[in-house]
Amino acid sequence: MDIIGAQLVNGVSYGLLLFIITCGLSLVFGILGVLNLAHGSLYMFGAYLAYSLTVTYTQSFWIALLVAPIVVALIALVVERTLLRPTYHLGHLSQVLLTFGLAYVFHDIAKFVWGSNVLSITVPPIFSGSTSIFGQTFPVYRLIVIIVGIAIAVMLWLIQDKTRWGAIIRAGLSDKEMIGALGVNIKLVFTVVFVIGGVLAGFGGVVAAPILGIYPSMEFQTLILALVVLVIGGLGSIAGTLVASVLVGVVETFSRFLFPELSMFLIFGLMAIVLVFKPNGLLGKKVA
Amino acid sequence: MKRTLLQFLVAIVALAIAPFVLSLFHLNLLSEILILAIFALSLNVLVGFTGLVSLGHAAFFGVGAYTAGLVAQNLSSNLLVTLGLAIILSMVVAAVIGAFCMKVSGFYFLMLTLAFSQMIYSFIYQSTNLTGGSNGLSGIPRASLGAFQFSNAVYIFYLVLGVFFITYACLRIIVKSPFGQVLVGIRENETRVKSMGYNTNLYKYTAFVLAGGLGGLAGSLYTYFNGFIAPSDVYWTMSGAVLIMVLIGGAGTMLGPVLGAALIVSLETIVSSYTDLWMLIVGAVFIIFVIFFPKGIVGIGQSLYQKFKSNKQQSYERKQSRVA
Repeated sequence: MDIIGAQLVNGVSYGLLLFIITCGLSLVFGILGVLNLAHGSLYMFGAYLAYSLTVTYTQSFWIALLVAPIVVALIALVVERTLLRPTYHLGHLSQVLLTFGLAYVFHDIAKFVWGSNVLSITVPPIFSGSTSIFGQTFPVYRLIVIIVGIAIAVMLWLIQDKTRWGAIIRAGLSDKEMIGALGVNIKLVFTVVFVIGGVLAGFGGVVAAPILGIYPSMEFQTLILALVVLVIGGLGSIAGTLVASVLVGVVETFSRFLFPELSMFLIFGLMAIVLVFKPNGLLGKKVA
Repeated sequence: MKRTLLQFLVAIVALAIAPFVLSLFHLNLLSEILILAIFALSLNVLVGFTGLVSLGHAAFFGVGAYTAGLVAQNLSSNLLVTLGLAIILSMVVAAVIGAFCMKVSGFYFLMLTLAFSQMIYSFIYQSTNLTGGSNGLSGIPRASLGAFQFSNAVYIFYLVLGVFFITYACLRIIVKSPFGQVLVGIRENETRVKSMGYNTNLYKYTAFVLAGGLGGLAGSLYTYFNGFIAPSDVYWTMSGAVLIMVLIGGAGTMLGPVLGAALIVSLETIVSSYTDLWMLIVGAVFIIFVIFFPKGIVGIGQSLYQKFKSNKQQSYERKQSRVA
């Protein structure tokens, strides 16, 4: 029983970590219609920057948590302005391919700057211990990840549902031309949403680094998982992303615990089954 | 028709004398280009002609490569047996995966093919007893045909060259056939083709299985060529690389994927002899193509040819007007 409880916490925290990483991807896809295959690379930059900031320069996890997402957001800003904006007219597929090429480029930039060794960072001392709840011990950092994940989910929900910005974003989701015709600067909305996606990816990178580690081609592995979550949840739906990421996190953790050699297989099997029965994902609208 | 046949013959002759002119290094490079060209041609059936963008084509390459390797090790190293089983098994896998993937389209198709290929990858990676896991499969016996063994690079090159031309010719015939034209119709407007009474799902499914079988063929050739196969050749970056080849060369043309494979393989070889940052270069080249030359190398060639022709026309007209 103890082990199942601990695995459940691990699974849920892993799932919420996936949520933090994937919701940016989902947001960008929902509003811009761009499936950003370089999203994993932004996540990777977040993790590597966190390494540089905590180990090489400042020794402080908090500064990394603040600075790394901002730097990643700047990268996202540059990408949106210089590469994506001139190519919106080329169609969705071209943008998928463009960001795919970008992922290649970012992969080698990271290898050039940080080398190809496996790196790791430790969590700050306050979070490094474990705590006992209902007579069971849990690592504090995992619990914090769960809280942060839920906080981000609630925040995104509040922004989307209760603010003017959220209204614009929701309107942009269903009809881009109309929202442009109503006098909203849709280009600005695109830029802001893409930058928010970058912030979330960078933040996810910093938070995930102590748990998942930092190594070359980490971005491709994470990107694949993020795509699985996105598809299971339904493209462009934040609530779907939340449900799917917790589902994937729990399935992945339990299958790794019970049948280690089948874990990846089960995740993709789950995705295939969901797609066959609900081709638009669990909570998705019809997109493609 | 006669002209194409002539071009075809010239290409065969030019490539057939390659082993007498090229060094061993360049000959191996050419073999690799031809193998990946077959692979890119097989993906082009889906991406270029049917309009289905698959990001999981490495699955079939891997199934073909591992089947050829395992059959050669355990059953028989006869070329016809290994090649035949590799193609049949990858077609079976394609038939199973295709049955699922035909239910979706667009982004979902891209990601479902990706998911299935990752399933194949994790199966290969984790069944250590069968496939050697992360160490890959080594010590694969050379392919043989009766008493004859494909024991050196030149024999392998001729084998690859032969298979390449047969594949190219068959695909060309298929594309020009009514079947191929329906596929092109599906790419342009599936609803319209469907309303004309064609069972578009069946056509797409057939194209998927055909592409899978040819992908397996390329994979088995890769095993003969290398004598070794590793799970990294089944990873999704391989699917990405072949998609890049098709798009850089020019999707929907016959020559495009071949040129794309040639460009990417040579670029990779040249760049990696200077620096190991070849992904940076390939990625940058790819981005440039997506933005500026969406029709690929073949598209550039065509537009240059058009320009050349219209220039000639203009100068002819100018001359005419001067005479008058």
